[in-house]
Amino acid sequence: MADGTATAPAATAAPAKRRGDTALGHIAYVLRDNPVTLIAFAMLAFFLGCAIFGPLLVPFDPLASNAARALEPPSWDHWFGTDSVGRDVFSRVIVATRLDLTISVAAVALSFAIGSVLGSIAGYWGGWIDAVLNRCLDTIMAFPLFVLAMGVVAALGNTIENIIYATAIINIPFYARLVRAEVNIRRHAGFAQAARIAGNGDLRVLAVHIFPNALPPMMVQVSLNLGWAILNAAGLSFIGLGVRPPTPEWGIMVAEGANFIVSGEWWLALFPGLWLMLAVFTFNLLGDGLRDIVDPRKRT
Amino acid sequence: MILGRVAQALPVVAGVVVISFLLTRALPGDPAAYFAGPAADAASIAEIREALGLDKPLIQQFFLYVGDLARGDFGTAISTGQPVAADLAARLPASLELTLCALLLSCAVAVPLGVLAATRPGTWVDHLCRVLVTAGVSMPTFFTGIVLIYVFYYLAGIAPSPLGRLDFIYIEPPHVTGFYLIDAAIAGDFATWLGALKQLVLPATTLALFTLAPIARMTRAAMLSALSADFVRTARAAGLGRRKVLYGYALRNALLPVVTTLGMVFSFTLGANVLVEKVFAWPGIGSYAVEALVVSDYAAVQGFVLAMALLFVLLNLLIDIAYALIDPRIGLS
Repeated sequence: MADGTATAPAATAAPAKRRGDTALGHIAYVLRDNPVTLIAFAMLAFFLGCAIFGPLLVPFDPLASNAARALEPPSWDHWFGTDSVGRDVFSRVIVATRLDLTISVAAVALSFAIGSVLGSIAGYWGGWIDAVLNRCLDTIMAFPLFVLAMGVVAALGNTIENIIYATAIINIPFYARLVRAEVNIRRHAGFAQAARIAGNGDLRVLAVHIFPNALPPMMVQVSLNLGWAILNAAGLSFIGLGVRPPTPEWGIMVAEGANFIVSGEWWLALFPGLWLMLAVFTFNLLGDGLRDIVDPRKRT
Repeated sequence: MILGRVAQALPVVAGVVVISFLLTRALPGDPAAYFAGPAADAASIAEIREALGLDKPLIQQFFLYVGDLARGDFGTAISTGQPVAADLAARLPASLELTLCALLLSCAVAVPLGVLAATRPGTWVDHLCRVLVTAGVSMPTFFTGIVLIYVFYYLAGIAPSPLGRLDFIYIEPPHVTGFYLIDAAIAGDFATWLGALKQLVLPATTLALFTLAPIARMTRAAMLSALSADFVRTARAAGLGRRKVLYGYALRNALLPVVTTLGMVFSFTLGANVLVEKVFAWPGIGSYAVEALVVSDYAAVQGFVLAMALLFVLLNLLIDIAYALIDPRIGLS
């Protein structure tokens, strides 16, 4: 841990010094070191494209049923086949991207913000605040996280917003702990002392001078967490929480398709499941790639 | 020493109870009206409110709740009409059997995989292992389960139908531990044992695929650091064989962090269990909670959440104690 802290500021300071070529330099570095990360970036772009333009581009209305063409296997008309009421699976899968990404991005953004504030306060001032926060985080971590999310959604009510809150709550400990550690080791660092002597208040030193150092490891955490948040949200809707049936969403589409798998209609569950898996895979690979750049020694 | 570690777990248990109390009291709408049922009038709702202690201050309600828990009273499940604690106890062995088999399977694959990757860092073997385990952890368990059912039940026809722990042609083994594999073995009923095993293979594989990644990665990292340690260099310099150095020295030391990771992996598995049990109609506590969720049986859901948390705390405690027993350098204080 001690040597890990010594290089982290250097790694963050170096790109800032020569901002002009950092983007290119980094991309080249990523490519040379790990071509898998390039694939991950390309896939991320694809998913973002689907989320933004998907609803405009899909060939069919994701909610329009057509009883005459129900349960058709994949064909030229319907690339991913049709479901039990004749809706186009391809259109539904693409349109669902926006909802799934929105849920996970919103949840991760919430836990990022709350975790940063809590972790900064605990790491900077320490003392009883730190102790209380650690106890609270321990308690959250004492639950199997998916199970806690189930309990939270069951208690707050069965809506999409509550899926987001539940996913955010179970992710807060990861961010709060990370920020706490990063802030704590730097609160008496030379640059923080210098900023204080120069007349900056505690809040300003914390927010402007110390906290930005925690951002690179946070980015890795965000990327890994996004994949996990998608899995979590899809899992919740798979067991019937949050998203309501006609809405296209990957988890619920797999749940609907599961009823047809034993009679051989594989395309209903396979394509949404595959898309879900690809999205999670993308974020996991991306997180790994980012971690290699931020701290190569943590690679496992 | 062990008592000290147990004492450390107490605040966590207290926190778990507080959170589960808050979740119970945050039920949508009026819990009294909910427990009274849809046909109740105002008088009977008030009566139930008094009976449940909902007219008392929140603090007093909390102590009543703790008192109930201490007596093992988790409330009554509306859907089954049974006490939640009894329902959970009856279904827990099914979940534990599945989870433990999955973890054993996962360790049996992941540890050798991690060792393989650590002995060849940076080669294609290493990269392949990494991509494989990342793919494993990216697969939603419910999706993996469905794919396995399609391939092995529908296409290949070698797996039994994914409906529960035992096909209806077999008779349940006499209840001893609740674990069908153990009970059938005790009864000496080989056909039933095989039948139970066949039902178990697909769900256990599904769960194991999901938990490969953390175990394999931790094994790889721990092996790498053990292999670069001084004692391994000394062992090599002393002329010990490759096998002896690898397994006798490096792996034995690398296993300690792996054991710690198992705690986190268990959290994953308990969560994923819920989804896998739903896919395979496995009659464990996860599918119990899902069924309860569908009919808005909140007492059952919250009882399940609390029971899972207590189980998880207990397991982490056992892992910590085991860790201290394995490695005398770690104090329990």
